[in-house]
Amino acid sequence: MSKRSIVPFGPQHPVLPEPIHLDLVLEDEKVVEAIPSIGFVHRGLEKLVEKRNFHDYMYVIERICGICSFMHGMGYAEGIERIMDVEIPDRAKYLRTIWCEMSRLHSHLLWLGLLADAFGFESLFMHCWRMRETILDMFEASTGGRVIFSVNKIGGVLKDMDNSMLRTFVDMFDKMEEEVRQLTNVFLKDYTVANRLKGVGILTKEDAIINGAVGPMMRAAGIATDTRKLGYAAYGDIDFDIITGKDCDSFARCEVRINEIFQSFNIIRQAVAKIPEGPIAVDVKGNPNGEAFVRLEQPRGEAVFYFRGDGTQFLNRARVRTPTFANIPSLVKILEGCDFADVPILVLTIDPCVSCTER
Amino acid sequence: MAKITKSPWLLHYDGSSCNGCDIEVLACLTPVYDVERFGIINTGNPKHADIFLVTGGINEKNKAVVKQLYDQMPEPKVVVAVGICACNGGVFKDAYNIIGGVDKAIPVDVYVPGCAARPEAIIDGVVKALGVLDEKQKAFKAAKKQKGATK
Ligand code: SF4
Repeated sequence: MSKRSIVPFGPQHPVLPEPIHLDLVLEDEKVVEAIPSIGFVHRGLEKLVEKRNFHDYMYVIERICGICSFMHGMGYAEGIERIMDVEIPDRAKYLRTIWCEMSRLHSHLLWLGLLADAFGFESLFMHCWRMRETILDMFEASTGGRVIFSVNKIGGVLKDMDNSMLRTFVDMFDKMEEEVRQLTNVFLKDYTVANRLKGVGILTKEDAIINGAVGPMMRAAGIATDTRKLGYAAYGDIDFDIITGKDCDSFARCEVRINEIFQSFNIIRQAVAKIPEGPIAVDVKGNPNGEAFVRLEQPRGEAVFYFRGDGTQFLNRARVRTPTFANIPSLVKILEGCDFADVPILVLTIDPCVSCTER
Repeated sequence: MAKITKSPWLLHYDGSSCNGCDIEVLACLTPVYDVERFGIINTGNPKHADIFLVTGGINEKNKAVVKQLYDQMPEPKVVVAVGICACNGGVFKDAYNIIGGVDKAIPVDVYVPGCAARPEAIIDGVVKALGVLDEKQKAFKAAKKQKGATK
């Protein structure tokens, strides 16, 4: 047996926009064990719930993560609405659905870009991010922000998208779809990409279940789970299939996310076609008293929110189980036995969002 | 800033940011905002870097990391704090694990406001940093000369 050595990976590393630290135990060029250590981005924002009024806490919880900021805000709003028994207007539900899918689109394009960067395909990275900017422009036009939107409120949403804006967006998405198709064809058909991704980082169905994977990690292993099917917001009225892969490798995960991009275009189109007229928010009076669980499908997988209030204006507990946190055991699993040179790609295939994980 | 005489390289580190400012920093490097036209490149190696962009506040665990990265960068160097978190802690100021802005760990030269800091603001901050870098370079050269003269 050759000698073992331990190589630290991170917290600052060229492929990582965010700090995560792994101690890699190597035997020659093979990783035999990976020991993650997290906590570099820990802020303790769940505890902040005791110091902020429950309306104001919306602005804190959105800042769990700048990529899914909309969905974190929405999870919080849904939780408090459930505790207070508030039924939000239908139009608000549809608007939330549209913004959710736009978040998924920009998140998946961002991830594709980072993945391309990780295997050294710089121009592909730039193209992905160029397309993503179109979606950010739409966000800016509809919410006023590029990454932090602050458009959720308990009882609905703060801003409306009028019908001409929605139609323009659909036109833009139609145009974009063609472009995105060309772009993703590179991922799916280029042999250099296939070389780096096919057969790398296999997470079998059994392992995915044992390690409690979520989101595209789970779906790429052939297991159809998608919390959108629970029908929160307007998802109940929308017709979509759960996208799964079958090869369980990094390529399958890439494929699943690419198909989800087109699925999101589709969901937005359906939502725009069905969106009813009406108010966008209802007034909320009183303080939350009780507890609620909310499950949402974020771009990285299922997020679970828990909130408890005691009738005062400060909640006494907020807890978020974010998808990347759930995917870390699977990451450790796929790192075992991989080549040292594949580590950056494998870290990226779980689509890590460290600021979510550590909050 | 009259003209850019060097092509400064960036080192980006995420302190304890929410990611919002990080993706905006990356957005600066990609086609729409494209700071590469100024010769600015994002490098992962602190020893190659002139400008240190830090997003997010400082906590117990990353204080040492930020400090170590800063120490590894060669003189002269400039630090830019991106986003209100990096300036003073921002929304997380009262959170138990946040010590404060980046200036609690290392000296900061330029503060970029915003939550999230807009790419335009980040570019503006970087351009300001270039001015600071120029001055520091002059001072650094002068000090070196003097050292040579006294020898
Ligand atoms: S300033 Fe705002 S957007 Fe930037 S890292 Fe802090 S909370 Fe996130």
